[in-house]
Amino acid sequence: MDATILLFLVQDGLTNGAIYALLGFALVLLFTVTRTIFIPQGDFVAYGALTYALLRAGHLPGTVKLLAVFGATALAVELWSRRRDLTPGFIATQCATKLGVPLAIWAVVAVLGAAPRPVLLDLALTIAIVGPMGPYLYRIVFQPLGGATVLTLFIAAVAVHIALIALGLAFFGPEGQRAPALIATSLKLGPVVVSGQSLAVYATTILLTAALSAFFALTLRGKALHASAVNALGARLVGIDTHVSAKIAFALAATIGAVSGVLIVPMTTIYYDSGFVIGLKGFVAAIFGGLGSFIITGIAAFSVGIVEALASFFASSFKEIIVFSLIIPVLLVRSARSHHGDDEDH
Amino acid sequence: MTRAPLVALLAVLLALAVVPGIPPFWITLANNIGLAALVTLGLVLLTGVGGMTSFGQAAFVGIGAYTTAVLTTVYGLSPWASLPLVLLVTGFVAALLGLMTVRLPGFYLPLGTIAWGISLYFLFGKLDLLGRYDGIGGIPPLSIAGVSLASPQAMYVVIWLMVLAAFVATGNLLSSRTGRAIRALRGGGSAAESFGVDRARTKLTVFIYAGLLAGLSGWLYAHLQRSVNPTPFGLGIGIEYLFMAVLGGAGHIWGALVGAGAIVLLKDLLQRVTPMLVGADLQMEAVVFGAIIVIMLQTARDGLWPRLVALYTGGHHRQLAVPQADSPLPPRPAVAPGLTRRLLEVEAASKNFGGLMAVKQVSFGVSAGEIVVLIGPNGAGKSTTFNLITGVLGLSSGKVSFDGHVLADASPRQAAALGMARTFQHVKLVPDMTVLENVALGAHRRARAGTLRSLLRLDRAEEARILADAARQIDRVGLTEHLSKPAGSLALGQQRLVEIARALALDPRLILLDEPAAGLRHFEKQALAELLSKLRAEGLSVLLVEHDMGFVMGLADRIVVLNFGTLIAKGTPAEIRTHPAVIEAYLGGTE
Amino acid sequence: MTASPIPAASASAAPASAPAALLAVNAMSVNHGPVPAVVDVSIDVAPGEIVTVIGANGAGKSSLLNAIMGITPGSGEVTFAGTPIRRHPVEARARLGLALVPEKRELFSTMSVIDNLTLGGWTATPAERKRTLEEVLDRFPRLRERRTQMAKTMSGGERQMLAMGRALMSRPKLLMLDEPSLGLAPRIVGEIFRIIADLRASGVSILLVEQNAKAALNAADRAYVMELGAVILQGPAADLAADPRVAGIYLGV
Repeated sequence: MDATILLFLVQDGLTNGAIYALLGFALVLLFTVTRTIFIPQGDFVAYGALTYALLRAGHLPGTVKLLAVFGATALAVELWSRRRDLTPGFIATQCATKLGVPLAIWAVVAVLGAAPRPVLLDLALTIAIVGPMGPYLYRIVFQPLGGATVLTLFIAAVAVHIALIALGLAFFGPEGQRAPALIATSLKLGPVVVSGQSLAVYATTILLTAALSAFFALTLRGKALHASAVNALGARLVGIDTHVSAKIAFALAATIGAVSGVLIVPMTTIYYDSGFVIGLKGFVAAIFGGLGSFIITGIAAFSVGIVEALASFFASSFKEIIVFSLIIPVLLVRSARSHHGDDEDH
Repeated sequence: MTRAPLVALLAVLLALAVVPGIPPFWITLANNIGLAALVTLGLVLLTGVGGMTSFGQAAFVGIGAYTTAVLTTVYGLSPWASLPLVLLVTGFVAALLGLMTVRLPGFYLPLGTIAWGISLYFLFGKLDLLGRYDGIGGIPPLSIAGVSLASPQAMYVVIWLMVLAAFVATGNLLSSRTGRAIRALRGGGSAAESFGVDRARTKLTVFIYAGLLAGLSGWLYAHLQRSVNPTPFGLGIGIEYLFMAVLGGAGHIWGALVGAGAIVLLKDLLQRVTPMLVGADLQMEAVVFGAIIVIMLQTARDGLWPRLVALYTGGHHRQLAVPQADSPLPPRPAVAPGLTRRLLEVEAASKNFGGLMAVKQVSFGVSAGEIVVLIGPNGAGKSTTFNLITGVLGLSSGKVSFDGHVLADASPRQAAALGMARTFQHVKLVPDMTVLENVALGAHRRARAGTLRSLLRLDRAEEARILADAARQIDRVGLTEHLSKPAGSLALGQQRLVEIARALALDPRLILLDEPAAGLRHFEKQALAELLSKLRAEGLSVLLVEHDMGFVMGLADRIVVLNFGTLIAKGTPAEIRTHPAVIEAYLGGTE
Repeated sequence: MTASPIPAASASAAPASAPAALLAVNAMSVNHGPVPAVVDVSIDVAPGEIVTVIGANGAGKSSLLNAIMGITPGSGEVTFAGTPIRRHPVEARARLGLALVPEKRELFSTMSVIDNLTLGGWTATPAERKRTLEEVLDRFPRLRERRTQMAKTMSGGERQMLAMGRALMSRPKLLMLDEPSLGLAPRIVGEIFRIIADLRASGVSILLVEQNAKAALNAADRAYVMELGAVILQGPAADLAADPRVAGIYLGV
């Protein structure tokens, strides 16, 4: 192996690592705000990737219909839970947010049809289609489980994951998709050729990370989300609706998933069930950070990407095994540090 | 449990075996249910009883199946000879993985199981020795005395005999000394730790046991199918096993059978019905499973089994006979005669929480046969002092010694070994265990039977002595009529008495009670005070932490008063009542 | 025990909760599992009034406050500012102007003092929030000194002040304080009670739960004494301060 190959592998690793970092952030955000270990995060990646690829190719992605199904189910759950004090105003708002939004998105995509569009418009449409799935799933599955233990929420998340895989097959079919590179040109830096796609990934990661940091540091809503994560009862005492915080966290996670899918689908063929393994690499990073630290998660994500790139060169058939075995030293370190194990009441 | 469902199950199993004309397809389904029930049984123990969740059990099935496949095809071993090796290998892998995770907070284990579930699946598909994705074929069938058991019907008998044996053995295990320790793990297990249970070791035992059951299922699978490939050992199947446990009812062993049966039959039904309804193979059963599990978690978290039991029994539980035994458990050796030093000696104990001194230089002692009460307003450091004595917290400085032994830092198990038994301010009983079993947990250290003896029911003589002793302690606190009720169904005052009985079952020298009168009615407090006086008269020492001055005044020999982490007064009740510093601490300053 | 009759002054079973009552709790009971924590308690607070609930540890005082705030479920009617709020979740009660400073403070420990206070004004308009923030910082100069410090690094007394400040940021109609003196040194307790007296002067209604009976009775207009989940004495605070039965409950005579 010479330096050129090494540089190429590192670049490849950093590109993938950037995507794992985004996913890791989403997982940490969801865990801190809602205590949910959100196994289906990777499925949002697959949904985003396939939706974007089909939009690029001028097709109507099946997720448009699926979003309407989720919206209608969430509406039914919401109306049922409030069946004792329904008011016309409440019903109207709920219909608008849970039925009107998906139908409007469907209409827009249908009207735009097969005409070629700018990349950014397709990205926006992808986010509009996949993003709202997060809060709808929260309303249907996780909100009624309020007060449940982390393990119960975990099992529910796994149930959601297997359902999303099956729905992915039903709405996308078994064929894989691949999209053209986001930026077709490439950049030559001395001996290194940085592809436009990699640049797009780096730029998007930096932009999204900066936007998330600004949201948490500067806006009152962001602080409210942070507060819900730090102390849910304290947040409720000052009047913050923690369900709204949770829905925002789920919307952000689904959006990050969708964007990650758009970033990844020009680099590899994505199938309806490809997302899980990608999301799991975000988990490996998030576990490094104890599901609490954004900074460690970010660093770990890039390490995972580089280890993976090197493994694919030296021992390609054992790539996945090596990456997932990374979790073992993390568990060992955490196990050595904890003397008693936490007293998890419940 | 009740006998009738078991009899019904046996009848169905027997009918499938002997009634002629049973479609072979039914036998295949029954075999699948049996194989899945073995794995799910391990998961019930792990998840529902022990409080640990694993999505990776399919990988253990795979290890079992591949081990026997390699041993019988490459090395020419007979299937029966490979069985002990299969159990050895799965047990070893389970022990390795378990050592890494059992000390961690709950959610690391399931995440870890997902990671190695995937890794092992990929490994099965990549290794030349295991035939990569094609797998290994030509595995010999089981045979007994030269008679081949290759047919599904013959394997049906083998599988279900093993399933029944596993259920019986697991039932034995759960109603034993080890089983009580396992059942006390849920909810953190800190109470169990105070009675000498080694939490990490108990968790590891359960983890290995669950792995062994999965390995056994894999061994049976390999010799039923006669070939193995990675597909049935993937993460998706591991998730399915967990769903079986959740759906059936992870809290009870028969839930494993109900869950395995329900999911295998439902999956088969959906796979045949969906193509007819929607005209394509859309794998819609996964959506249905996902929805069922979510709805179960939202509405009936305990699963199907408890509902079935409630339907059958109408919610009543069986009345147990009061256990008897021929000989008692060996008592603790008496303290050397002429002992003049105090039983418990606390010397200049201090505790520092990140710069905040919760307890400062507190010294006092408890002699044999006296009741000492630690009082003080909220936040005075009483509970911290209590935790320093019982080994829940380590000292920042100072010394605690008991019966001449200096207590090592933070070891509730050492405190228990020396003869200190405690109760908890927030009652920590296992709510779904009977009063008798909860109290028997207190005698954990006084008996020795291990996992293997329990599984094989060789522990019965000792178990009878434990239960008889527990019944005696229950009688001492006056709860004999509630002996067979689940502890969670009792009123708070009674639950506090159960905790005292559990402490007595340790055969302690000193019993430490953390606010035993909180939340009790007047007459309950009187009964409690009488009980404690009686125990003192029997020579036991008592250390109480209490708020309720009225309760302690008539009871205590000596009172120790704390405020802001420092000792402000020591003396008899009469002295304390008129002590100006105490009055100020309780009624507030004169600002 | 000291089964004392309710003083004649307020013997009428349902205290004539005048329509003017800001908070009216009627026949509230709370159970923790099989354990009754609050038994059939009725209390009320009029606008501008300071009312205290005292009693030994475990008497059910905190359970009562938590049920009024909606944190734990309780039976019985709760009317706040004319609105029945039994079905309101915690955050909706907060939006109506009911504020609780809980026993454990429940601060946002990894956030700064200013962020904690700002979030306290979550329900207010930005202009109102800014104005109230200045008022709160004037009232608690210690918080102004430590405005950028993280909540978890502060002392017990400062944390209590921050919790009170955060509650005041919403300009509540009724401020409920659960054991504000808990675990604080006597000097700090004095400071906390001086602030409570200040608040009374500026017209804030307060429901105060305390173990420190002397200080609480000093600060309050009226008082309820709880034992084993029930109200066993009630009346003007000054009368109860002189009542030997109150000392009896605490010292067990």
